[in-house]
Amino acid sequence: MTTAVMELTARAQQRRRLRRRFTRRPTAVIGLVGVAIFVVVALFGPLISPADPNATNYNEIFVSPFSSGHLLGTDDLGRDVLSRLIVGTRASMEAGVFATLIAALVGVLLGLFAGYYRGWLDTVVMRLTDVLLSFPFVILAVGLASILGPSLSNAILALAIASIPTFIRITRAEVLGLREQDYVQAAVVSGAAGRVIMFGHILRNCLAPLVVQGSVAIPGAIIGAAMLSFLGLGEQPPTASWGTMLSESQNYLSQASWFAVFPGLAIALATLSFNMFGDGLRDVLDPRGSQ
Amino acid sequence: MTPRLQVEDLSVQFNTDEGPVLAVDRMSFTVEPREVLALVGESGCGKSVTSMSILRLLPRLSSVTGSIKLEGQELTSMSEASIREIRGRDISMIFQEPMTSLNPSFTVGFQIGEVLRRHEGMTRQQSRVRAVELLELVRMPAPKARLREYPHQLSGGMRQRVMIAMAVACSPKVLIADEPTTALDVTIQAQILDILRDLRQEVGTSILLITHDLGVVADIADRVEIMYAGHQIESGLVDDLFANPQHPYTIGLLGAVPRPDLLGQNGSRRLQEIPGLVPVLRGRPNSCVFAPRCPRATSVCGESMPPLEQAQPGQHAACFHAGKSPTVSVKKGLQR
Repeated sequence: MTTAVMELTARAQQRRRLRRRFTRRPTAVIGLVGVAIFVVVALFGPLISPADPNATNYNEIFVSPFSSGHLLGTDDLGRDVLSRLIVGTRASMEAGVFATLIAALVGVLLGLFAGYYRGWLDTVVMRLTDVLLSFPFVILAVGLASILGPSLSNAILALAIASIPTFIRITRAEVLGLREQDYVQAAVVSGAAGRVIMFGHILRNCLAPLVVQGSVAIPGAIIGAAMLSFLGLGEQPPTASWGTMLSESQNYLSQASWFAVFPGLAIALATLSFNMFGDGLRDVLDPRGSQ
Repeated sequence: MTPRLQVEDLSVQFNTDEGPVLAVDRMSFTVEPREVLALVGESGCGKSVTSMSILRLLPRLSSVTGSIKLEGQELTSMSEASIREIRGRDISMIFQEPMTSLNPSFTVGFQIGEVLRRHEGMTRQQSRVRAVELLELVRMPAPKARLREYPHQLSGGMRQRVMIAMAVACSPKVLIADEPTTALDVTIQAQILDILRDLRQEVGTSILLITHDLGVVADIADRVEIMYAGHQIESGLVDDLFANPQHPYTIGLLGAVPRPDLLGQNGSRRLQEIPGLVPVLRGRPNSCVFAPRCPRATSVCGESMPPLEQAQPGQHAACFHAGKSPTVSVKKGLQR
């Protein structure tokens, strides 16, 4: 009874320690708040948008920002820019999160097996990543998206495939170093099977660099998705997305520059938030505690 | 009665890019229940390779011949799944480097518990209770609180205690201790050796101690195998061997031990060293492996490798010119 209580308090202390490690970095907290805002907006976008994002009004085109009724102004078809930004958040977040999750899942598994078992598997996997890495990320994503056909899910798939090689490489490099560690040898000696060692002992110690890579990959995929829809390969008009909004705005840069500023700002802020959040997360995940 | 561990005619060859290297050549020894057998030799003499081959931990490019039996059960031909059952349960191992032998990402309690859950099928709750007992067994201060600590929060000596606790979690039949005290302070060394000595009594474990520290051998071992360039050079009971070393290499090893009580005697303050280096064997030697460094070497030593033969009752040496040389007993000075 008393031990159970003691254990609970110790767990609580541990949690508090981790929380403090995160919160002592102001950028991490700002990042967390930013990410939280974007996620909430993505989840409840249609509910909180002030107007119908697709309702055109030809009497009110290019209304300036901060005017009554349209906080961020209207676009070339008189649609409310704020509403379109809010509703478009979901597409960007979906692209960033799902593309990274798919890429991480596939990449980490392949990297883990390649690095742990070496041999022919390693050779095949690494040559395939070399092939993928020989194309620049943007070209690869655009190429894959145009092969798969224009739609948001295909854009996500294309971005995921383009992000896989980095995850493979990072995981494999970590595994190569970790499998030679004494504690891995000690686990072998204590009778652990290969999968226990891979998923139990090695993967846990790769997490810090993988989380960092994830926090780079999510904003990368957000930008990538915006780029693909800018090029017409992602979300299709009239559905609102940050990329399509940018693409529509470029024709009116001289008349209505704010039209380009707000979606650009949204992309920049989302990217920044995820990066800062990832930085804070890395601090928490590394039990040795940097600084 | 079958011995706890029986190694017969064990040879290990590594097939490297520069050709084959014979790391261990026809080793044979036994370890009895509760016995501490020390495998002694310079770096590179094959003592660690011998211990690794027992648990089948050698890389695939090595070829192992001979027989290794645990209580009569052959290990060399066992399936990978069966040897995994043996590892950690019947034979476990502790390493030289306690600082890196624990996984930095998991708590001490989790890592000890993992072994128990794997081999004894314990629940999380049971394993935690047992882990505290094990930490008490290795005399860890405040064992209950340690369970939640991470390896980086522990000192080297404490980590080695955790390693030992993990190794003896399933009351193994044989504990292989590969230089368990080399990386530790002398005071901690003595404590760790005490723990190992107690474990032998309390758990009934046989210990295969791998070391180059003759002080440790004198302290804890019952019998000794001296190794040189993959060969057994001399074997016998610790007391006999320290009192009456037969092989010139053993005599050289004992002469290279710093001993404050002998300082200044014989008009010499210098330690005796053995000139030269351990050779790398490319194949079965056709001369005595120690001959190039041996003060007693004669023409017969260049003709074949001498077999391990009884030099005096209970003591074997692989030398054509075995015999005690006029040195003073070394054991007394080494024992703590």
